[in-house]
Amino acid sequence: MSALLEVRNLSRHYGDRIGCEQIDFDVHPGELLCIVGESGSGKSTLLNTVAGQLAPTIGSMRYRQRDGSWLDLHTLSEADRRRLSREEWGFVTQNPRDGLRLNVSAGANVAERLMALGSRHYGQLRDTAMQWLERVEIDPARIDDAPSSFSGGMQQRLQIARTLVTQPRLVFMDEPTAGLDVSVQARILDLLRRLVGELGLSAVMVTHDLAVARLLAARTMVMQRGRVVETGLTDQILDDPQHPYTQLLVSSVLTT
Amino acid sequence: MSHEYNFAFLDENTKRMLRRALLKAVAIPGYQVPFGSREMPLPYGWGTGGIQVTAALLGPDDVLKVIDQGADDTTNAVNIRKFFSRVAGVATTERTGEATVIQTRHRIPETPLREDQILVFQVPEPEPLRTLEPRESETRTMHALADYGLMHVKLYEDIAQYGHIATSYDYPVLVNGRFLTSPSPIPKFDNPKLDRAPALMLFGAGREKRLYAIPPYTRVESLAFDDHPFEVQRWKEHCALCGSGESYLDEVVTDDRGTRMFVCSDTDYCGQHRTEAAA
Repeated sequence: MSALLEVRNLSRHYGDRIGCEQIDFDVHPGELLCIVGESGSGKSTLLNTVAGQLAPTIGSMRYRQRDGSWLDLHTLSEADRRRLSREEWGFVTQNPRDGLRLNVSAGANVAERLMALGSRHYGQLRDTAMQWLERVEIDPARIDDAPSSFSGGMQQRLQIARTLVTQPRLVFMDEPTAGLDVSVQARILDLLRRLVGELGLSAVMVTHDLAVARLLAARTMVMQRGRVVETGLTDQILDDPQHPYTQLLVSSVLTT
Repeated sequence: MSHEYNFAFLDENTKRMLRRALLKAVAIPGYQVPFGSREMPLPYGWGTGGIQVTAALLGPDDVLKVIDQGADDTTNAVNIRKFFSRVAGVATTERTGEATVIQTRHRIPETPLREDQILVFQVPEPEPLRTLEPRESETRTMHALADYGLMHVKLYEDIAQYGHIATSYDYPVLVNGRFLTSPSPIPKFDNPKLDRAPALMLFGAGREKRLYAIPPYTRVESLAFDDHPFEVQRWKEHCALCGSGESYLDEVVTDDRGTRMFVCSDTDYCGQHRTEAAA
């Protein structure tokens, strides 16, 4: 099967400092790829660069569109980049307050991407928003409430609904469960696993939590100091780590 | 006419700069053209943008009318009219039909305008997306790409909170099918008068340093949802002075016991209507 996203020799520098260096990876349709590593290892830089929010210093990225043709992300115009991130991609931020529009209601947050795509029927927008709130286990009666009145876990679920409502093909997630307590984390991970399966979407997820990778991802990339030190099937990496850094990472997980 | 100032207050080079910006604005209907706004002898928010546009347009033969919320006799209107009769020596009028240039704050006259008239709007905030998106770089990109989904978020929010589109003034419009534009804070009652109007309409925002235009006979569409179409205000009452049932009415509180009356906001229209009724 041919890949959905192809990243080759990608580097992003901040002046003299390295953000991420010489990264190669593919994302296949329906696959969830996890990027793990300690903080400062370049995970988020890599994610933001691939998602088009940062310009790469060097390297190539290609994305396969619905019609099967390849799109070179490096030479994409601003208009096409916006269209792509609106219609075919999604981005879930670590802090839901960065990804949500806090001064409008939950329903408007969910419906925003649909309106950006040209939907102009209020009744339909509202129905879709209701359905999606239910899907992410938020009481549809709260559709007109401000997201600021929601708990952290609800805000994160709202952000997921808002991102997935246009049925994107590829979703980028930057530590979507960090900063939430363990039981809420588990619910969100469960939800994500279900939605990814139902919608058949592909995702790239950054996390520092190996348990998250174990639960969700088929494949995992381990990063250290801006470079990928090990990549492979998640179970293989976690059960039989080869690189010293991965071994350290796996052995440092608390087990009870 | 005062000899201390150039004709119409501004120097000729400034007027040339303004006219260039206006020509560009007319060429791209609804597009906000930046211009070098000058200090004017009145505070920002009192019509510095409109005054500069009027100054650049006026010739010695022009007849100027100035209205403020439809009225010819309120402070803002009286002073701007007096200002131009002093620094330009032009004739002024309160009759819509007699004017060649009409500077307005927040209304369009009820009397239909003609091809030989120019309407100049005073604009406090030219960017319709500003309350939703504070970054200028971002709103410019949104205009460049015609990426206007965000405006509907506000209308959605109105219906969700109030059951109908509650925005009643400064109601966003799409000009010539391309640029999302603020019609300045006119009541949405006046929005239909913008569509394919015979008169040239120019908009000046002095503090924000932007000009834009709606040329004659340009398509102007008020945004709405398919199942919540655009509607203007309606009143059960008629004007208490002239009896008109078609004009935009102001509610005037007349005592402290809740007595109120509805009168035309357009004083010239109301006066003419009364004269006709008396005749």
